[in-house]
Formats: sequence, structure tokens, C-alpha cells
Amino acid sequence: MSANLIFHNIDEPGLNTLEVFQRRGGYGDRLKKALQMPREALVEELKASGLRGRGGAGFSMGMKASFMPKGAMDKYLVCNADESEPGTFKDRELMQKIPHLLIEGMIIGAYAAGANQSFIFIRGEYAQQADILEAAIDEAKAAGLIGKNILGSGFDLQMWVHRGAGAYICGEETALLDALEGKRGNPRLKPPFPANQGLYQGPTLINNVETLATTPFIVEMGGAEYAKIGVQNSTGTKLISISGHVQRPGNYEIELGMKSRDIIYGLAGGPGEGRSVKLWFPGGSSSPVLTGDDLDLSYDFDTLAKAGTMLGSGAIIVADDTTSVVDVALKTAEFYKHESCGKCTPCREGTTWTVKMLQRIKSGEATPMDLDIIASVCERIIGNCLCVLGDAMAMPVGSMVKKFRGEFEEYIEARREESERALLASVGAVA
Amino acid sequence: MSSEAHTNGHGRRLVGVSDPNELGQKVAANEPTPVRDPQTGSRVPGWDDAVDLRKDPASIPDPATTPVPDALRAEIEDLMTRYPDRRSASIPALAAAQRLHGWCSPEAVEQVACVMRLTPGYLIAVAGFYDMLETKPVGRKTVYVCTNISCSLRGGDELLAGLKDELADDPDVNIRGFECLGACDIAPMASIDGVYVGPVDDAEIPTLAQHIRDGADPLPEKQLVKRRSVDPNANERTS
Repeated sequence: MSANLIFHNIDEPGLNTLEVFQRRGGYGDRLKKALQMPREALVEELKASGLRGRGGAGFSMGMKASFMPKGAMDKYLVCNADESEPGTFKDRELMQKIPHLLIEGMIIGAYAAGANQSFIFIRGEYAQQADILEAAIDEAKAAGLIGKNILGSGFDLQMWVHRGAGAYICGEETALLDALEGKRGNPRLKPPFPANQGLYQGPTLINNVETLATTPFIVEMGGAEYAKIGVQNSTGTKLISISGHVQRPGNYEIELGMKSRDIIYGLAGGPGEGRSVKLWFPGGSSSPVLTGDDLDLSYDFDTLAKAGTMLGSGAIIVADDTTSVVDVALKTAEFYKHESCGKCTPCREGTTWTVKMLQRIKSGEATPMDLDIIASVCERIIGNCLCVLGDAMAMPVGSMVKKFRGEFEEYIEARREESERALLASVGAVA
Repeated sequence: MSSEAHTNGHGRRLVGVSDPNELGQKVAANEPTPVRDPQTGSRVPGWDDAVDLRKDPASIPDPATTPVPDALRAEIEDLMTRYPDRRSASIPALAAAQRLHGWCSPEAVEQVACVMRLTPGYLIAVAGFYDMLETKPVGRKTVYVCTNISCSLRGGDELLAGLKDELADDPDVNIRGFECLGACDIAPMASIDGVYVGPVDDAEIPTLAQHIRDGADPLPEKQLVKRRSVDPNANERTS
């Protein structure tokens, strides 16, 4: 396996300070090289690297940057550090331990996009990480790395940390822009896409923390060289967050294309003694679940898409054979119900009714027909809303009902018998 | 000036009062003004929790009659300079006012509205959207316990129940289950005034509760910021 890029000696003391980061080559030749390149050449370099967005959608970063219109106007770079996809915690560790890498990546990203103003939208819960980032930005400003005429290149950039206040939907790029404009975080209709009309109606490039933090390495190595890491269409290294029923939960940097079994068992130690993997989310709680039979899949964008799921944010959640699939489905649905912004009816009502039906299953009032209704509700949400929050509930819950239908039916039957017995007993007690 | 007839003596316009003179007595006695339409909506319990009906949520508060603490004013003004549009500062400004007042009280919202030149109604709508902005009075110490999938697989629900039991009698503590806090590696975990701790064993719940009560550094050896990376390749010296 290739050497780590982002997580290379990540626990080195003082890595969050400018001094140590610069000693390791940060803000050095690679930044100068990037700022001396013509803008188009830098975008081409990013395209050649094959770097795909690390936030969840997996869209080519270079392509996104190339959509930014040319010409003099107010353009913006926004870093999406809202990281609220359940199971994902990679950006948190990155920002906490090596904040200057993100700042350097933002300078490169902003230069590629032609943006002179940038914001890091960080979720409000990450208070400690936001403090660390703000301290790092102050250091960089004092050293002339942010502000006017960076490293004598004539390129100006402003940067601010903007703290959110607890809303999953603000990880969706257009809702994030609304929140950044000081409004309720409701998604916008697309098109127009943010590259044309984003923040304050100006062209805006929005990228995930990890995506931006990777750009310094692409400049350093060259796009073509970076593309040699990983597999076709899934180039580079990826930070993955493993949690749930594994012995060593945490963040790992892997080369894309690694076998899923090697990640879950090899790196994270797999479930405890005598347990086996029952189901796992390969890319955050929004991704359709896979089972223990799918552990030999290669962990990359294309293979997972072919298997009917997605790599998403790279968050693997493992549940072992002691877990009830009904509980997992209900937890998932409750989360999306709570976080639905309420703008689109299929999502607002669909998530609410899915939760109600799953609660009926738990309380013993459901019949197997309810499973068909859940499946049909989920089908009707997908693709019918402004953003994918509703889909993000419908896909995993739908996949659980499909793949574990037998278990759902047994559960419904058992609970119904239980509640009937309880009812008879209470009637008997009265009579 | 004719508009003076519609104020309550503090320069604020009255809501739903067609002839303020007939209500002059009541206003002077500092009683709530009758609502325009008590038949619809207003009978729902809690409907008037976060608003003061003597103030109009649709007009920008008058700086002359709205005292704002200097530190808060300075903080909000500094926030506003960061953005091309001052309205962008509304979430951090509300958060700053909440730190001062404990929650987004009508007074807090009015102070933010006054400095930002926005209407209180707009800010209340924003505050209502975000989970971390409190629109009802709560305890000053904030404890979030993650109860999402990864944490609940490892005992997040039990941690929340345990802490709630321990801290039920403390009105200063605002404890609530929260949606994925982004720290599934230390599940089950809690965020105490922004400080992440975990994994919290059952046996540690009383200690953690005591730390929260005393305002002490919560479980210092279990804090997230002190945790090293688990990736075996993250810390090898290659050079």
C-alpha cells in the first residue's frame, strides 16, 4: 500500500502551527508553483489527477473548477466543512491536526477558480476544530499567506471561518450557501448551479475539506503522477471513517481500490470475537446497505456503484449479527425525518410516514403489507425533490427492506403475536 | 407626529392595536397587549413563548431605545465586516447573543436585530431552523449526546439515559440527544460545551455527570483532542 499523503505523521507535535507545517514543506515550492501556473494549466492539472469530490457526490474536482466563468467579477470559494453525514468524521481529524493543509489547498483551489474571497463553512458542533482553524488562519494572515499579493504572485485572497448552528441539510451545497447568506438552510433549485450563480449570486466553487486538502499534493506530484495512485476512475488516496461494530474504529487513509474485507477486518479489526458482519453502510448512512456477502468488493467509486450503492463520503458503518435490522432502519429514518428541511413534500411527508410505519412494526401493529408501502413510499421520494436528503433516507431504508425482507416479516409476526398475547392476557385478567 | 400615537412611549409600535389610546392604561401597567386575532392560533399552548407582543417583529428596533451591551455590539459589528452582505452574519451573531443571554430570548434577538438592522421576525425564523440556537429558555451548560446509528450500536442511547438520570435535578444543564456529532470513532460520546469526550463507559457516567455539574474539565483523559490516529501508517517515520 502506498504511503500516506494527508495522514503522514499526523500526530507530530505542533503540526497545527505554521512553523512545523512549513518545516515539512507546506506553503513552500508547491504553492509557489501553483500560483505561477496559468490558471487554465492548474485546472488541467486537477482534471488530469482524476480527483473526485470527497464529500459524497464524487464529482470530478477539476471539471467543477473548469465550470467557473472567466472574466472579472466577484467569485467565491466555499469549503464545505459541515461534515454531518452520519458515520463521517474524517474532516474533523484533518482540520484539527493539520489545519494549514486545508488553508494551503484553499489558496490553490481559489486560484484555480479565480476567486478572491473564500469561506470555510464548518458545522457549529466542531467548536474546537473551528478555534484551531481560526488560529491557523490568523497565523497565515500574519505571515502574508492570506491577503494581498500572496507570495508575490499578485493573487489576493480573503478567508473566513463561518460556523453553522446544527443542521444536516447545510452539507447540501445550495442549502449551505443559503445558510452562509444568513438564511434558513433550504436547498435551491438547480440549475443554475453554484458555478454560475452561487453565493450572493456570484460564481462559486464549493468543495469538501478533504478534496481541497488533496490539491497541494496534486500540484507537488503533478496530476498524471497522482492519477497513478488508486484504480481507474477512482484515483488517489481516500480518508475513510470506520465505526460501529469494529474493534479499532477510526480514520484510515487508504489507496482506493482496496478490498473491503481488508479495510473492515484488516485495518479496523472486524466485529468482536465470534461475531460476523451482518450489514454495512459503505459510504455514510445515506448509502444503500451491503451485507456480509459483499465484503470482497473493491472499495472504489465504480465497483460500489455497480453493486447498487455508493462510496459517498467514505464512511463505513458496520453492524454485526447481534443487531436488529429494524432498529437500524428506524434510527436511519428518524434521523432524516428530523433533518428534513420541509421544503419539498415527498421528503417531508415521506420521511415522516416511513418513521411511523417502522414504529408500527416495532409496536406489533404492522402487517407484511406495510413493507410494500414502505418500499413504495421510498420509490416515490427518489428523484422528486430539490436535493437528495429524501433519497438519502429512501435508498438505505429501501435497501434494508429489500435485502432483509425475511427478517422484517419474522419480526412483524413475532411482535404481533406478542402484542396479541398481551391483549388476551389483559382481557383474561379482567374477566 | 402621527406615528407617536401608535407607540407605547418607548418608540415601539404596538401590534394589533387600532386605537392605542383605549389601551393606554394597560400598557402603562406593563401588561401584554391584546392580540389582533385571539380566535385563531393564539390558543395553542406555548404560542407566545418566544415573542413579546408589545414589540413589533416586523420593524427594526430603534437603536435609541434598545440598549445593547458594548461587547456584543462590537462582536456582531466585527462579524458583519467579514461578508459582502451583512445579513450573512446572522447565524454567528445569534450564537454570540445566545452565549450572553443563555438562549435566543426576545431581548437577545432584539439586540441582534438592532445592531444588524434586520427585523426580529427574520432572526426568529432563522433561529427556529437551527438545532443549536435555542428558542426556549434552557440551562447554560450544554450537553449533547450522539444517538445516531454508530453511537447507538455502541451504547449511545444508554449513555443519554444515564446522564439524564444523573442530571435530571440540575436546571443549569441542557442535556439532549443530538444527531451525529461526527465522532463515531469515540462512540458512545458526548459533547460538553463543545468539548468532545468518549468512549464513555457505563461506570464513568457518574464521574462525567459530576464534572458537568461542577463545570470541571470533563473526563480529561478521554477527550477527543488528545486521541492519536489509529491508522497504523499515519505515524511511521519514513524519512
